[in-house]
Amino acid sequence: MSKVRLIIGREIKSKLTNKTFIIMTFLTPLIFMGAMCLIFWTSMPEKIEQNVLVLDETGIFSQTLHGNDFVALNFSDKKIEEAQAEFQNSDYTTILHILKGSDGNIIPKARVFFKKNPGLAFRTYLRNELERIYYEQKLKANNIDPAIIASARQPVEIELTKVDENGNVKNSDSIQLFSFAMGLIMMLFILLYGMMVFRSVMEEKTSRIVEVIVSSVRPFQLMIGKIIGVAVVGIIQFTVTAIITTVLSMVLSGIFMKDMLDMKTKFDSQNQLVMKMGTNANLDAMDDFKDNQKMFEALDQLSHINFAEVAIYFILFFIGGYLFYSSLLAAIGSAVDSESDSQQFMFPVMIPLMIGYFLAIKIMISPESNAVIIGSFVPFTSPIVMMARLPQGVPTWQVLTSLAILYVSFIGTVWLAGKIYRTGILMYGKKTSWREIFKWLRY
Amino acid sequence: MSDILNIKDVSKNYSSNKALSNISIDIPRQSIFGLLGPNGAGKTSLIRIINQITGPDTGSIIFNGEKLSQKHIEKIGYLPEERGLYKKMAVGEQTLYLARLKGLSKEEAKKRLLYWFEKFEMQGWWKKKIEELSKGMQQKVQFIVTVLHEPELLILDEPFSGFDPINAQLIKNEILELRKKGSTVIFSTHNMGSVEELCDNIALINKAEKILDGKVKDIRKTFRTNTYRISFKGNIIGFTNSLWTGAEILEKHTDEDVHTITVKLLNNVTSSQMLQAVLPNCEIISFAEIIPSMNDIFIQKVGEENILAGTKSNYTE
Repeated sequence: MSKVRLIIGREIKSKLTNKTFIIMTFLTPLIFMGAMCLIFWTSMPEKIEQNVLVLDETGIFSQTLHGNDFVALNFSDKKIEEAQAEFQNSDYTTILHILKGSDGNIIPKARVFFKKNPGLAFRTYLRNELERIYYEQKLKANNIDPAIIASARQPVEIELTKVDENGNVKNSDSIQLFSFAMGLIMMLFILLYGMMVFRSVMEEKTSRIVEVIVSSVRPFQLMIGKIIGVAVVGIIQFTVTAIITTVLSMVLSGIFMKDMLDMKTKFDSQNQLVMKMGTNANLDAMDDFKDNQKMFEALDQLSHINFAEVAIYFILFFIGGYLFYSSLLAAIGSAVDSESDSQQFMFPVMIPLMIGYFLAIKIMISPESNAVIIGSFVPFTSPIVMMARLPQGVPTWQVLTSLAILYVSFIGTVWLAGKIYRTGILMYGKKTSWREIFKWLRY
Repeated sequence: MSDILNIKDVSKNYSSNKALSNISIDIPRQSIFGLLGPNGAGKTSLIRIINQITGPDTGSIIFNGEKLSQKHIEKIGYLPEERGLYKKMAVGEQTLYLARLKGLSKEEAKKRLLYWFEKFEMQGWWKKKIEELSKGMQQKVQFIVTVLHEPELLILDEPFSGFDPINAQLIKNEILELRKKGSTVIFSTHNMGSVEELCDNIALINKAEKILDGKVKDIRKTFRTNTYRISFKGNIIGFTNSLWTGAEILEKHTDEDVHTITVKLLNNVTSSQMLQAVLPNCEIISFAEIIPSMNDIFIQKVGEENILAGTKSNYTE
């Protein structure tokens, strides 16, 4: 046992002192958060102030089209040719030319001339405003009150609520994306650390140190030591990454999400007030958060997830899934001479992982279909699929059964892998085939 | 109980492939034992069984009078033919790790390592990575790792391959030194010169079977062909006449006035009788029996076996 401990120790030390590994551990959360910020930042409309000269041939927009904080409108009766000629020497950034139809009616067509491209946000804003005004104009022309149309067009919301066997209700609408993310992260983790074991095994084989080592320890001890060592490395890396990500996201959400969270707090307190005072509440004094309602609901639902429970199960399923796959990958690593030879053996290991991934996608569409349920018990896919199911609420007996199956089958794969490993690590030169590997099982 | 290792009727099959067939070898304590054989004969399989990397299908191995078991691992040191080290790991850390796997405590291992590092003039290497060392330097490190735990039985598979003559001599001296201190060495090689120089006993394996074993001296004697080499001054015709039918001349060579002749004695003529016959006709400068080298014996034995088996010799050296 003390020898296994030595092997584990070496494995951990060699990984933790590896510069690339250290850099990646600290860089990954930074890159991840950086990418998130980039997406967030680029998706925010770019607000460049526009000074717009409006030439309205229809004459109906001067009363109804208003600018906003970034768009200043200046109406003029100039001819377009004249305006264009003066444009370069004027303070205007853009010219908006609203055309008159041939029948004298307004037609929804406008032209924008610019010095610098004003961008999508400006164009969207203009189109929405022009369309809205045209729409209301049309309704009014036909003696229809736009308010009636607006009140008739109400979105019907469908709220999904799960009632579990204990009678607890759980809103499970926005959790879907979260649960898919859990499944995806699980797959990536298994793959990442499984491959680490694979490389470590192959490194010992190709550097030919393995024969010296197996004259001191049993091959099985070497393999188990390696698998456990990488698992410890994985948990250390996971913890460091999680801490950095949490701290970073707290800092960043403080910057980017502050308004959102402030609004949410205000919204919640207003809601409480309404609940308490009923119609006596001074509704007019309250802010209208209609546009943000969706976001608040998502935040609410996520806050109902038991993160501690999810985290514990994540670690349990990660350990099980990792042990299951890493022992298979160790066997493959022992059987081949180089990474390029490993393709044909990698394929059958990757397939179930991919199936797990697709089932995790399927959970978003039909969370309780038969394929998903079965997939959450079969050890090849259960770590991914069960993890993706978990946030939606799964009966405890199912989770525990799935874990039990996973851990029992891990013993099976380790035993199998041990047999292949023992022979494989000392086989050189021959290109290994599946038939060959089956033979090794009987040695 | 003078043997450190008794291999009894050991057989090993890899599916349809026969690697070892009823091999029995006894290895005397404090000797250097040569395990010889062409490539693919089964030497490595046998060595791996002694190292308990694999087990025999049938037969048994007795180490120091006890059945070979895991506890004997620490008493055996093994230098494989295809040997390597962790490239990215520092020399000191790596040797320490490998020594501890053989059961040495950290302190003891460090003490002994410092002693060996000094002996092999490697003091500055402790913090160097293996990939920074030359091949010869790496082999020194490997040799130290093999002998550091002072094993009773040392198994060296082609220990000299890749060494320059100076380092090879260094290792040779160490092997002899270790025998003096009480270790037994099993020595697998194709280098027959070093077998003659070092080995007390040998076993020759071909196609999974043992075809020859015994003391090197005895084996060479049994393979004597009654051939002698004589250098002399004088009349060569008189010399050959005086041999008469007692000997057959295999080779003639003349350098200025010195003739060197290789003869094979026939009809139970002894070497003294031959000398008496030729002495009156010449002045003898040197006289020696040509004892077949291990190389000759190896080629002869393996060749015979292969002809018997009706196959072409696949051995070339």
